[in-house]
Amino acid sequence: MTMAVSVYRYNPDTDQKSRMQDYEIEIPGGRDLMVLDLLELLKEQDPSLSYRRSCREGVCGSDGVNMNGKNGLACITPLSEVVRANKLSIKPLPGLPVIRDLVIDLTQFYQQYERIKPYLINDAPQVAQERLQSPEDRKKLDGLYECILCACCSTACPSFWWNPDKFVGPAGLLQAYRFLVDSRDTATEERLAALEDPFSVFRCRGIMNCVSVCPRGLNPTRAIGHIRNMLLERAVQPSPPSS
Amino acid sequence: MPDSSAAKMVTQVTAMSRNGISDWLIQRLSALLLAFYTVSLVIWFLMTPSLSYDQWQALFDTSWVQVCALVGLLAACAHAWIGVWTCGSDYLSDHSLGARAVIFRFVYQTTSILILIVYLLWGINILWGT
Repeated sequence: MTMAVSVYRYNPDTDQKSRMQDYEIEIPGGRDLMVLDLLELLKEQDPSLSYRRSCREGVCGSDGVNMNGKNGLACITPLSEVVRANKLSIKPLPGLPVIRDLVIDLTQFYQQYERIKPYLINDAPQVAQERLQSPEDRKKLDGLYECILCACCSTACPSFWWNPDKFVGPAGLLQAYRFLVDSRDTATEERLAALEDPFSVFRCRGIMNCVSVCPRGLNPTRAIGHIRNMLLERAVQPSPPSS
Repeated sequence: MPDSSAAKMVTQVTAMSRNGISDWLIQRLSALLLAFYTVSLVIWFLMTPSLSYDQWQALFDTSWVQVCALVGLLAACAHAWIGVWTCGSDYLSDHSLGARAVIFRFVYQTTSILILIVYLLWGINILWGT
C-alpha cells in the first residue's frame, strides 16, 4: 500500500523558511507500523531528514512529534490511529523554535522544569538510611512520577505557546505537584510562594489539551487544580508567627 | 547550568492584584455576583410582562436595587480588567511581538482602563445622579 506523507522540513544552513515536503512511501502490509517505523523508511529514502529517537518504546520521550495535528510519541503511535484518508502530515512539536526538520529546541521547556526545583528538599537532619514513606503517602505520587518529559503536553498548550518564559506549562506543573505532595519534602511554602504570580500556574485555562495528548495517560490539568487549591488554602490560612 | 532567573521572577505591575490567586478569586467572585445580578433582573423581567418606563424607574429608585447595581457594576469592571489584562498579556507578549510589545500593551491597557473608568463613572452617575 502506498501512503502520502507530508513532512515539515527546515535546514537552517540552506533554507530561508520552512516548507512541507511530500513523499509517496510503500507501506509493507501484514502489520500496523508505528509512525517512527515510517520515519525510518523515509530516512532510507531521504537521509537528510532529521528527527530525534532513542528507545523506540515510549520510555525516553525523544520522538515527540505532531502527527496530523496531534502531538504524540512517534514510536508508540500506530499509523492506523493517526492516518486519515491515507495521508499523514508530520510536523515538529509546536510552539518552540525548530533547530532542524522535526528537531526542536527544548531549552525553554527545560528552564521551566528547572524552575520548579524537581528534586526533594528536606531540611530535617540527614537520616542513616532512606526517608521512609507510608504506602498511602507513596500512592499520592502515582500519576505524577511517570512523566517522561517528552514535552507533548506543554507544546500542545496555547498558554505555553504564548508565554513559554512565564507559564510553567503542564509538564513542569505536574512535576511541581509531584514534589508538593511528597510527604518527604519540606519546602512546600517556598514552592507555593514561587508559583503564586499571575503567570506560573494561573495561565492554565483548563482546556485539557495536555491530558488528551499525554502518551503516558497522565492528567496535568488535575495536578494544576490541586496546586491551585493548595495556593487557595495557603491564601486563606492565617500566616504562621514569624520566628 | 544556564541562568533561568528571567523565568523565576514574574512581576506584572498592571495586573489587578499582582497575585495570581487574588486575581483568580476576584474573577470568580465577580462572575458569581454578575450571574446573581443578571438572573435577578431576568426574573424581574419575566415577572413584569407589560414593562413600562415608570416601573423601570421605580425599580431603580429603590436603594437596594441601586446598591446591587453598583456592586454589579464594580464586579463587571473588575472582571473585565482581569480578563482584558490576561488576553493582552497572552496575545501582546514580548515572546510573540518582541520589544515593541510593551508599546502595544501600553496603548491597549490604557485604552481599556479608560473605557472601564468611563463606564464605571457613567454607571454611578446613572444610578445615583439626580
